[in-house]
Amino acid sequence: MAQSAEHVLDHFELFRGPEYQQMLAKKKAFENPRDPAEVERVKEWTKTPEYREKNFAREALTINPAKACQPLGAVFASVGFEGTLPFVHGSQGCVAYYRSHLSRHFKEPSSCVSSSMTEDAAVFGGLNNMVDGLANSYNMYKPKMIAVSTTCMAEVIGDDLNAFIKTSKEKGAVPADFDVPFAHTPAFVGSHITGYDNALKGILEHFWDGKAGTAPKLERKPNDKVNFIGGFDGYTVGNLREIKRILELMGVEYTILADNSEVFDTPTDGEFRMYDGGTTLDEAANAVHAKGTISMQQWSTEKTLPFIADHGQDVLAFNYPMGVSATDDFLMALSLLSGKGIPEELARERGRLVDAMTDSSAHIHGKKFAIYGDPDLCYGLAAFLLELGAEPIHVLSTNGNKAWEEKTKALLAGSTFGQDCNVYPGRDLWHMRSLLFTEPVDYLIGNTYGKYLERDTGTPLIRIGFPVFDRHHHHRSPVWGYQGGMNVLVKILDKIFDEIDKKTSLLGKTDYSFDIIR
Amino acid sequence: MSLVTTQSAAEIRARNKELIEETLKVYPEKTAKRRAKHLNVHESGKSDCGVKSNLKSIPGVMTIRGCAYAGSKGVVWGPIKDMVHISHGPVGCGQYSWGSRRNYYVGTTGIDTFVTLQLTSDFQEKDIVFGGDKKLIKLIDEIQELFPLNNGITIQSECPIGLIGDDIEAVSRAKSNEYDGKTIVPVRCEGFRGVSQSLGHHIANDAVRDWIFDKNGPDSKPEFESTPYDVAIIGDYNIGGDAWSSRILLEEMGLRVIAQWSGDGSLAELEATPKAKLNILHCYRSMNYISRHMEEKFGIPWCEYNFFGPSKIAESLRKIASFFDDKIKEGAERVIEKYQPLVNAVIAKYRPRLQGKTVMLFVGGLRPRHVIGAYEDLGMEVIGTGYEFGHNDDYQRTAQHYVKDSTLIYDDLNGYEFERFVEKLQPDLVGSGIKEKYVFQKMGVPFRQMHSWDYSGPYHGYDGFAIFARDMDMAVNSPIWKKVKAPWKDVPKPKLLAAE
Ligand code: SF4
Ligand code: SF4
Repeated sequence: MAQSAEHVLDHFELFRGPEYQQMLAKKKAFENPRDPAEVERVKEWTKTPEYREKNFAREALTINPAKACQPLGAVFASVGFEGTLPFVHGSQGCVAYYRSHLSRHFKEPSSCVSSSMTEDAAVFGGLNNMVDGLANSYNMYKPKMIAVSTTCMAEVIGDDLNAFIKTSKEKGAVPADFDVPFAHTPAFVGSHITGYDNALKGILEHFWDGKAGTAPKLERKPNDKVNFIGGFDGYTVGNLREIKRILELMGVEYTILADNSEVFDTPTDGEFRMYDGGTTLDEAANAVHAKGTISMQQWSTEKTLPFIADHGQDVLAFNYPMGVSATDDFLMALSLLSGKGIPEELARERGRLVDAMTDSSAHIHGKKFAIYGDPDLCYGLAAFLLELGAEPIHVLSTNGNKAWEEKTKALLAGSTFGQDCNVYPGRDLWHMRSLLFTEPVDYLIGNTYGKYLERDTGTPLIRIGFPVFDRHHHHRSPVWGYQGGMNVLVKILDKIFDEIDKKTSLLGKTDYSFDIIR
Repeated sequence: MSLVTTQSAAEIRARNKELIEETLKVYPEKTAKRRAKHLNVHESGKSDCGVKSNLKSIPGVMTIRGCAYAGSKGVVWGPIKDMVHISHGPVGCGQYSWGSRRNYYVGTTGIDTFVTLQLTSDFQEKDIVFGGDKKLIKLIDEIQELFPLNNGITIQSECPIGLIGDDIEAVSRAKSNEYDGKTIVPVRCEGFRGVSQSLGHHIANDAVRDWIFDKNGPDSKPEFESTPYDVAIIGDYNIGGDAWSSRILLEEMGLRVIAQWSGDGSLAELEATPKAKLNILHCYRSMNYISRHMEEKFGIPWCEYNFFGPSKIAESLRKIASFFDDKIKEGAERVIEKYQPLVNAVIAKYRPRLQGKTVMLFVGGLRPRHVIGAYEDLGMEVIGTGYEFGHNDDYQRTAQHYVKDSTLIYDDLNGYEFERFVEKLQPDLVGSGIKEKYVFQKMGVPFRQMHSWDYSGPYHGYDGFAIFARDMDMAVNSPIWKKVKAPWKDVPKPKLLAAE
């Protein structure tokens, strides 16, 4: 027996001992296992161009997609408003999933309620669930606002949120003037970034356009403020804080819409904060008067931005700006919009990033990368890699659309380093597996699920994306701004150096290159 | 040290009753009435815990429960490693449950095993409007093409399937015929069915009965010689390797495990189970249905067991052995004896550090009762427990074999109630799920996830007990808990519902 009280063996050690290995070998006999040679043959076959062709011919089956469903994004956006409880109308299992998913990434509580619809609601509709649910949530969790979205179930049976909320108020579930914005978020359309977009638009529409017919529409009186939207972002905590710092350095008056940077980073000090920080409801309403709105993610705000533009604001969308030029463009646009100059402090930060890039570029230049993730993130990362002289080879986004494909292709075409790169909208990580086998690269950038690709293909994974479950705390550091660029650079470099060390650490074999200085 | 140890049982009972009353005040009247039936203080001697269970969750309260799909795909079917499990419907359900449950298995993933793949039909609007059967047909062909070594396919229905009138049974039959009788199992585990994961377990059990047992017929031969000592492990999902650290004990006592349900399990093992001489059942909640079925149909007895903590392990080994001859009975004694030094060492090391510490639990199928013995082996006391999706038979077992007088019992607990209870009772440890973990840690209360073992485990068996003890000690006695209050703010004030 290997286990002991002095040195407790964990699962990754315990089962390697001979007792367990013998036991597992005996178990095999009952599994009717495939012939190991056959397993080996098929394994090798899955690495071939022939398999790749079959894999890419798939029409019905999705394997390991890099996207989630709409309501997740709706919940993510909703908690960015002060005292706001997300309320997802439909079956309850989905809500358990969104909460778990967000908690696993941020290592934070994630509060959200469901209207717990069951079979009878499928037949009669979910009105009673909405009425009771709103009343309970309101009494128990004392929110300032309840933001409603929907699961598949409510969408398939066609529940009408606007009417249901109206009826709920008539029945006294919540006070008539209590804010209950809503958004239909069918999971069979788009992805979590669509849900973010719909929910944010729903909330702004609520405040700006007369609260579903219960208040006069706001009349826009333009002021000097700038609205800022981050989009669905796993680095929201670090990024929004960095953006605030930049805006304050520049002296820009701003409103961050859906500011969930506090609620996803609450302190451990004896108190559980179900709500924390967030865009105040007044700010949300007054955001209509802003001069303009900047979105950091075009494809997270495809509906919200036009909606804001219709209210007379200048709007501007970026694609997850990362690195030097993208940050330059962002700052200059911000300066133009706000009329504020870019302070020397930021110029120095820029200089430091360029400095770091020159120091390290020799290790990144010419390295081949595969990238996957949300469409804007992919675009931003690709742009940064090009600046570093790295060569993106595969850029894949399961929730990327045609427009994304074209825009990303144009970006790549504009650089000597992007000439060998292909862009894959709507593909999944099993497609990526074939790509990595048939057209190998040096490094892969993606979320936690990329570790399966790393295991199968041996391509080292640099974890940037959402979700990241198996590494801690990276969401607390920004990847935007020059300082964020620095963080990304270091992340990439660390992996590169670790890999070189790994390849050169065999005593007496490869360790002549096990250098002390790199 | 928590409050309870200084109080008499009567005082505790009164306090807990009052706490329930207080907590119910927040609700609108109708809700308060419904919730009151799910909360109670246990009285010893009673045959159950005095709570209603397996009823619909109340809208808007932040129930901790999941859905039938989670019960079927996530719990029962998902771990069967050599079958491909399709999350049939839109992308979300499969995405959120992808790889998160830690059902360990051995195999070449993507080639002959598929547990940590997320395969979905990723429904789009047109599939909802025109139905998804055509897509499903094509999808099965694509699985056959890309994963030729799969031993079977299951179709795990998400909410829309049952609402749009798809006939996944017809598709399954047709495709099975087309592929020479291949095992293709449609599972009607749409998330809106039932009130929790629980109905999903039941539906999944029934699918095994209808689409695997009935398909093979009672006379299908196992591919091995039967022995009088063949048993099947039922209801162990091999979280962090639980089934392995259990199996090793059974084999050491002379039994032969012919099937694992379902952690690290395979289709062949499911098919062979009717040949077992005894089904041994760990998670009663999720697999009692199929055990009862096998008893009725094949005459296989079943017995519940508990492999958490040395007291219950020894009791269970003897109970299992009682179904067999002296050779096995002696084997059980030999195993108990073999591990006694380990048990002694673990208890000697950790019990002094954990003695008298109090625990509140809120988990799923069997753990709200099964782990109590393990805590008690370490000198800890469970002062509150409840089930996310238990039924009355769970509460009966809990009352009759596990909880002490005056234990606070809560069924289908929600976020609000859980916070109030913990705030008031100030346990030294809370054991629940990922959604609860950070809430309590923020409050400065040590916490362990008791679904995923907080990425540790195994906790089953003697080897697992060492890890369990180490983990509980590490949670309760972490030096970090002393840092929660900033020193300049650390003015002692009674925390007891002080806010109210
Ligand atoms: S895909 Fe639909 S049923 Fe699944 S989690 Fe998303 S909303 Fe829920
Ligand atoms: S013990 Fe719990 S978490 Fe485990 S399977 Fe049974 S029901 Fe689920």
